[in-house]
Order: sequence, then C-alpha cells, then structure tokens
Amino acid sequence: MSSILLSSNARTARARRSFATGWWNRLPLLPALIFVILVTQLPFVITLYYSLQRWNLVSTTAPRFVWFRNFFNAVSDAVFLKAIFNTAVMTSSIVIASVVVGGLLATGLNREFRGRTIARTLAITPFFIMPVAAALFWKTGIYDPTFGILGWITDEIGIGRINWISQYPRLTIIILTTWQWSAFALLILLAGMQSFPPEVAEAAEVDGASRLYVFRRLMLPHLRPFIELTGLLVAMYVLENFAAIAILTNGGPAYSTTNLSYYVYLEAFSSFDLGRASAFGMISLWLAMALTIPMLRVVSGIFKEGGRA
Amino acid sequence: MTRRRTSYFDLFLTALTWIGTLVMFTPIAWMILTSFKTEQDAVSYPPKLFFTPTLDHYRRIFENDFASFATASIIVTVVSTAIVIILAVPAAFALTVRPVPKWRDVLFFFISTKMMPIAAGIVPIYLVARAFDLLNTSTVLIIVYTSMNLPLAIWMIRSFMVEIPRDVFDAVEVDGAGRVREMVQIIVPLIKPGLASTALLCAIFAWNEFFLAVNLTTTVSTLPVFLQKFLSFGQLYTAQVAAVATLINIPVVVAGWLAQKSLTRGLTFGAVK
Repeated sequence: MSSILLSSNARTARARRSFATGWWNRLPLLPALIFVILVTQLPFVITLYYSLQRWNLVSTTAPRFVWFRNFFNAVSDAVFLKAIFNTAVMTSSIVIASVVVGGLLATGLNREFRGRTIARTLAITPFFIMPVAAALFWKTGIYDPTFGILGWITDEIGIGRINWISQYPRLTIIILTTWQWSAFALLILLAGMQSFPPEVAEAAEVDGASRLYVFRRLMLPHLRPFIELTGLLVAMYVLENFAAIAILTNGGPAYSTTNLSYYVYLEAFSSFDLGRASAFGMISLWLAMALTIPMLRVVSGIFKEGGRA
Repeated sequence: MTRRRTSYFDLFLTALTWIGTLVMFTPIAWMILTSFKTEQDAVSYPPKLFFTPTLDHYRRIFENDFASFATASIIVTVVSTAIVIILAVPAAFALTVRPVPKWRDVLFFFISTKMMPIAAGIVPIYLVARAFDLLNTSTVLIIVYTSMNLPLAIWMIRSFMVEIPRDVFDAVEVDGAGRVREMVQIIVPLIKPGLASTALLCAIFAWNEFFLAVNLTTTVSTLPVFLQKFLSFGQLYTAQVAAVATLINIPVVVAGWLAQKSLTRGLTFGAVK
C-alpha cells in the first residue's frame, strides 16, 4: 500500500518536473518567437480590424464600423485592379528574367577559366547595392534621355533618344529590379551547379555524351529544385518591390507602375484613408499567401534537406 | 572538373561570360566613374570616358546633414543586428540542439512570416509607433528591423548548428555542463564564422531597407531616406548623387564580398550550402 502511494507520488513529481523541463527547454525560443509575433503578426490582426472601418485621417468624422464595404469598394476600384495586374506582370517578368539571366551567367561561371573568382564577385555585386541608390543613379545616369548612358547608346545605334522612364515605365522598373535580382539568382544557381557531382558528368562524357546532352538531361533536372527555390525567393521579395517604383516613377504615369505595396502606401500616407489602405493590405496579404504557400510546399523538400528537418 | 584541351568553343564561352559579367558591373563602374567627374563632365554629350578627376563631390558630401543620417544608419544597423544575434542563437539552439516539441512547425512559422508583405502591416505599425511616440526615432527602426531579420538569422544559425558533430554534444552530456554554459562556451565558439556571416547579411538588409524607413521616419532616419531627397534636384547633381551612392555602398559591398562563402546559405534560409 505504502509502496503504491510512494510510486504515484513519484509519478506526479516526475510529471511536474517534466513540465518544468519542458518550459525550461522552450525558454530560449520564447524571446525571439514573442518578438516576431508581436511585431510582424499582431499588426496583421489589427489591420484586419481596421479594414472593417471607415476611417480617414483627413475627415473629421470618427472611425465607424462598416463591415466589408472597403473590400467591396476595392473590387470595384479600377486603380486597385490595375495594381493587382501590375504586380502580377512586374513580379512574373522579374522572376523569369532573373532566373534566365542568373542561370546563363551561372552556366558561364561554372567553368574553369582564369579570373573566374573576380568575374563571379563582379557579377554578384549588383545584389548588394542599396535599391534606393541603384534606382537614383539609374534614373539620372542611365535612363535619362539627355544625359544617361542608355540614351546615348540608343542614339548611336540609330533608334534615337528614348525617354525610357516616360515611354516604357514598367519596363524600366523590370530591367532595374532584374539587374539586382539576377545577381541573386546567379548565386543560388551557381551553388546548385557546383553541387552537381562531377563524376556523373565525367562518366557521361566517357560514354560519349555531348556537353549539351549532359547539360539538358543531367544538369537541368539536378537544378530543378534550385530553380524553383530561386523563383520562390525572388517572387517573395519582388512582390514588395518599393524602392525602384518610388524613385523611378512614383507609381505613375497614370498608376501604370503602381503595385499593391505602393498602392497601400499611397492610400495610407497620401490619401490618409486608413480603412481602405487596411483592406488593400489585407487583400495583398491573402494574395501573397495564396501565391507563396503552395510554392513553399513545392520547395519544402529542399528546405528539409538543407535544414535536416 | 577534368582539365580538357582548351577549344575555341571554350574560349568563346569564356568571352561570353566576361561580357555578361561586365554588363552586370557596368552600371556600378559608371556610377563610380561619374562620382569623380565635375557636374559639367557628368552631363556632357557624348559621355566622357576620360576626364580630369575631381574629389570635390566626396569633400562636399559632409556639407549637409549626411553625417546625422549616416550615424543613424550605423546605430540602427549595428544595434538591430546585435539584438538579432542575441535572440537568434538561443532560439536556434532550442530548435536544433535540444529541440522543443513541434520544432518543425515553429521553423516553418518563422519562414512564413518572411512571405507576408510588410505593407499589410504598415498602418498598425505606424499607429502603434505614433502612440508610443516612437515615430521619427532610431528605436522604431531597430525594433522593426530586428523582427524583419530574426527569421532569416534563426534559419541560418540553425543550419550551422546542425553541422556540429554529434560527439560534441555527447561530450557535453558526460561533462555535465548546464544549458547556458553549453551554448555560450561550446556552441557559440564552434559556429563563430557562421555567426559572423549571419550578422553581415542581416546588416546588409538593415542598411538597405527603405519601405519601413520612409514610412516611420523623416528627419531622424537612415541613408536611403537621405538619398531619396536628391530626387527633387533632378539632373543638377548627377555626380554628387554618384559620389554619395558610391560612398554608402562601400560598406555593404565589402560586407557582401566578405560573407560570400556563406551568403547563399543565408539567402536561401540555409537550404542551399
């Protein structure tokens, strides 16, 4: 009898101890977790609440609960729909162009030649350049029709001076952003190519396979997860492209380069319509999640491998 | 790779690679070159490749309030990066070395926060910062940059911790060292190079960040906001813009070159080594 009592006491003590150890184990994680939840997740919840209100900082009327009216307005707002369209066009072209340009450069750099390290270092540098600085210099030193180097080049080859920013605003943003993100794609794709086992290529060569065959049939399938990962990460960052738009075009002309992030910014900090801005923000959050979560699932294999998860 | 006889095709490919590389670098080279020109030379037609260089623009950088923005940039970058590392090391420890239950979900929660557009949270962040009187301060930027970089740092540091050989932890167990000692005295020294590149990468992101800086601060702000003010001057200061842009990019480019080896790992959340 007493022995049974003793053991049950010991069991509860052990349970209590394991509960304490459980929290002792979680303790190191908590500061970071709480910090991230408070600063990045809580605002979304508050945004959802604001998005149901009619709330303009300029008007004198107090905020008032209007249910989903901001969302209905968003759907019938031509500029908002245009912003979704622009985001889709700009993001997809930047992702594709970055993967293609970065992939070509990586293919070239994944060979032995003199000065390869220097070439690699020079080619990845655009990624580090501060986006605002890059945009500002491209605007004055490169895209400018009178003084920019691009205007001079087009003049020399006989197609005249093109005012890039006002004639092709969306293209200028795509080119500038692609310039920076193809350097990023280069980094990842080159790492992917270097993880390709050289023995395989050698064996194929011994078997008489052409280099093109090795590249298409062996290298490309090996690279596939890396290409998907690059696409996901570039899309994730470029969805929020802001600096290039703010500096080059201010979202214009006629909202032709306004993406969702920029439209939220305009509504909140130029029109001071916090209710509408919050509704736009919520919709862009859902769109981003609808886009990136399936992609994350696709590439989660490579994350598991890398993180040994 | 095996050494093969250099064929014309190889030479051709090398030439193409160099051309591509130089095209990538030309805008930067052009910017550096422009920064040494007089304003007249900078806007001359056709563009001048040879000119008498001048250091005037670099001298003039400090004439306006560049110094105060640069100081704020340095403070925000250094402090936020330091907090990130201090919070990320224990978190990565709890997700790798002594994993908590459901650690996989926690990891994917962290990465998913990076996929959500910050624009969707900017209104509440702005209003909360205003309520606490934090608008236009370095403090608010330190807070938001810390949370922006934490997920990346946790994933990256975790990928370094995973590589520590199992024997080390067994030895610690035998030794009977406590958790804190295990982390500070054994694990941190082992992953020091990894921590350094994690810090460099976080610093680059904090240094370059624009959206949060321009929305939450105006006069007490970082260098991207300072640069943005040149926008209103148009062509008058092409060379001056180039000089400022060159100067403020030197730290990040150097950091990027230094971190080159672990950069891929950081940028892909540890997925690609």
